[in-house]
Amino acid sequence: MEIIMAIAAGILTMCAVYLILSKSILRIIIGTGLLSHAAHLIVITMGGLKTGAAPVLEEGVTKYTDPLPQALVLTAIVISFGVTAFFLVLAYRAYQELGTDNIEEMKGTDTND
Amino acid sequence: MLHLAILLPLLASLFIPFLYKQFRSVHTGWFVLLVPLTLVIYFSQYISQTMAGETVTQSMQWIPSLGINFVAYLDGLGLLFALLITGIGTLVVLYSIYYLDAKKEALHNFYVYLLLFMTAMLGIVLSDNMIVLYMFWEMTSISSFLLIGYWYERERSRYGAQKSMLITVFGGLSMLGGISILSLLSGSFSIRESFSTLSTYSDDPLFLVALVLFLLAAFTKSAQFPFHIWLPDAMEAPTPVSAYLHSATMVKAGLYLVARMSPIFAETPLWFYLVSGVGMFTLFWGSLNAVKQVDLKAILAYSTISQLGLIMSLLGLGAAALQVEALPDSLYTIATVAAVFHLINHATFKGSLFMMAGIVDHETGTRDLRKLGGLSQLMPVTFTIAMIGTLSMAGVPPFNGFLSKEMFLTGVNQVSESGLFHLETFGFLFPLFAVVGSIFTFVYSLLIVYRTFLGPKQHDKLPKKPHEAPLGMLVSPIFLASLVILIGLFPNLLSNTLIRPAVEAILPQVLAAGGEIDVHIKLWHGFNTELLFTFIIITVGFLLFKTFPKWQSLYHRMPKSFSLNHQYDGLLRRGENVSTGIHDAVMTGYMRSYLVYIFGFIVLLVLSSLFFFDAFAFDVDPLSSISTYEIILVLVLVSSALSITFARSRLTSIILLGVAGYTVALFFVLFRAPDLALTQLVIETVSVALFLLVFYHMPEISRKEERIKFKLGNAAISILVGLSVTLVALASLSQRSFASIAKYYIDNVADLAAGGNMVNVILVDFRGFDTLFEISVLAIAGLGIYAMIHFRKTGGIDK
Repeated sequence: MEIIMAIAAGILTMCAVYLILSKSILRIIIGTGLLSHAAHLIVITMGGLKTGAAPVLEEGVTKYTDPLPQALVLTAIVISFGVTAFFLVLAYRAYQELGTDNIEEMKGTDTND
Repeated sequence: MLHLAILLPLLASLFIPFLYKQFRSVHTGWFVLLVPLTLVIYFSQYISQTMAGETVTQSMQWIPSLGINFVAYLDGLGLLFALLITGIGTLVVLYSIYYLDAKKEALHNFYVYLLLFMTAMLGIVLSDNMIVLYMFWEMTSISSFLLIGYWYERERSRYGAQKSMLITVFGGLSMLGGISILSLLSGSFSIRESFSTLSTYSDDPLFLVALVLFLLAAFTKSAQFPFHIWLPDAMEAPTPVSAYLHSATMVKAGLYLVARMSPIFAETPLWFYLVSGVGMFTLFWGSLNAVKQVDLKAILAYSTISQLGLIMSLLGLGAAALQVEALPDSLYTIATVAAVFHLINHATFKGSLFMMAGIVDHETGTRDLRKLGGLSQLMPVTFTIAMIGTLSMAGVPPFNGFLSKEMFLTGVNQVSESGLFHLETFGFLFPLFAVVGSIFTFVYSLLIVYRTFLGPKQHDKLPKKPHEAPLGMLVSPIFLASLVILIGLFPNLLSNTLIRPAVEAILPQVLAAGGEIDVHIKLWHGFNTELLFTFIIITVGFLLFKTFPKWQSLYHRMPKSFSLNHQYDGLLRRGENVSTGIHDAVMTGYMRSYLVYIFGFIVLLVLSSLFFFDAFAFDVDPLSSISTYEIILVLVLVSSALSITFARSRLTSIILLGVAGYTVALFFVLFRAPDLALTQLVIETVSVALFLLVFYHMPEISRKEERIKFKLGNAAISILVGLSVTLVALASLSQRSFASIAKYYIDNVADLAAGGNMVNVILVDFRGFDTLFEISVLAIAGLGIYAMIHFRKTGGIDK
């Protein structure tokens, strides 16, 4: 399973990079969203998959899944959400001020090249 | 005391602006004059000590932990230079008092720079620690830069200052490299200690690198070919500066360095070749170029280059003395003696000639030889000074230049007879270059006198009505000219007092081997080859001078693009063009290009290191099982991700991103991570809502939507990045080197933290700090979003 997850994460990264290299801001942010999914899946996969029960104490269970990667991913999800939200509003404001969402047109002004 | 003497000009320079502002009626130069005068008297006291072969060492701690201390070391060589610096310094300051107008010039700047320079020069010649030497070395570059650009409102001054700065600092930095290598080899920054441990490291291949680096420094500073080009442009400086820095002192710092490092490097054949070869060619090239100049100071500049080349080649020839110990009559030490002797002579006659040029400029308003002529009756004293100086420079008896030139010819003659370093095959080049160089020296010396003071009178062309200079201006050149005659007639006044101790410092190996340095300069040494050479030089030189108008046009035949100045300017221009070109090509301003660089570099680094460390040995042993659910989820995830990239509308891609996010949440369910699944579901929902919000507010764009154009380059980069991620993941999966620390959390979650949900307990208890700052991140993002929406750019679109 781990091998399949690694390949899936690779494909996710590939799509993310392709989106990030495009011109539209919205697509770039979608790309970063995909990239964070890929990262989270990789972290979970690297911790080892399905090695036991869910990490909640229960009578009679001795084998649990590693809780540490889960805690790390939880933190990462929240942080990437914060950043994504910020970027989305930034893109929105940039569109309002500049009237474009094309990254190649945002190339500095005449006075500030 | 030596330290105080070195730093005295620097200390005095602190008071100059004050004195200048406070005593406006007195020329500031009079206060300055006391400084070099005191120092001359102070340094003359040491003559008797160095004559007896004693040296003075005084040390002051600076950075003892690094072995960098201000060690003042005075021997014959150091003393000779110190006397030159302070002696000529006194005369130049005196001259400048009459040369520079107290009302029109910014005198405080001038004298501060000049005193700074004096300290720097004294520091160079009296330092034993190489780092301190380097510090003073760069200080001369800086103060020379300031002095050349003294009239900074002129464009040529700034050009000359920049040029000299670039070239001499290039040399200075090479010397720093040489110092580093040498101190690594010898284990000490001290020149004397490096010499005493010489035998332990002189075979090291790096030794030759250090040698070349030191020589680069010496050649750039002493204006040797091809680094001589800065000196003629440095003539934009005020004439006292040219006389002091660019004839008598700073340009001799390179000679000093060669002489000072001779004990260490001179036994290497490379040293002999480079120093004598480059010096000889510079002698030839400088004199050849001096003839074609029409500016008085430019002639003198090229003449200085040529004479410095002469001294340099003599120092190189003197190195041969260390090769053949059994030579009779210390045959080669004569070259070193001649070098030191000519060094003194050059300082005297070139100083007086520069002052003469300054007087001519000052009293006629021009230095252009095409406008000057027939000044001998109007300026008889200046004319006499010029006669003495030029004849000495040309090597005519009974002036001092004659003696040193004879000794130079002796040294050159002996080279081909020595049988050293294959000199029997091409040693004849030395006398050839020497004689040709000397002939041209004779020609330009005559040209200076003839075209300035004799020849047709053309006073109507002059900007000013010419007349004799004031007495004060004449004192210094008269003094120097009398020295020229005095040394010429009584050369042995110097031989034991100054020259012998200096030569002993340059060639300590000869003394150590039991040899003696016999300095006895004869005014008349009988009929020999050298005298024949001198006769040839004078005859041919005189003939060439007489026919000068006929062959003058030969100089214009040389294409301009061949000149070294042209090459230098081209080099600067090309350097700028190339760097602008690289910058423009690389820094496109498009974010996409930078992302391509970043991703490309990551791919390159990851794939190459995986390849070189052979990380492809995948181990599939400890893997978990695969179920149908998971396969379906993987297919959903991958196909949604792929469709995003090909989606035509943005709405589709946003919804597909949502699909991917919920699939990830389902994965978390399957991988036994309930908290993650929960969070992922909620956050994906909010994110998609936000995406839709932004999408909704970009109405115009949404209408003219188009599919992303497929770009092969982008696709290749993304495929490679994805591949690297997969490969890294696989490689690290199969190389797990130790067990997880999960057991600790599982065992202690109930006892230590009183909780059952391990993920939550880790988040708020075991690793609570992460959570604290994650909360801060959210808070900052929230505040940032609020600020972005609330605060508007002034003058921008407002709701």
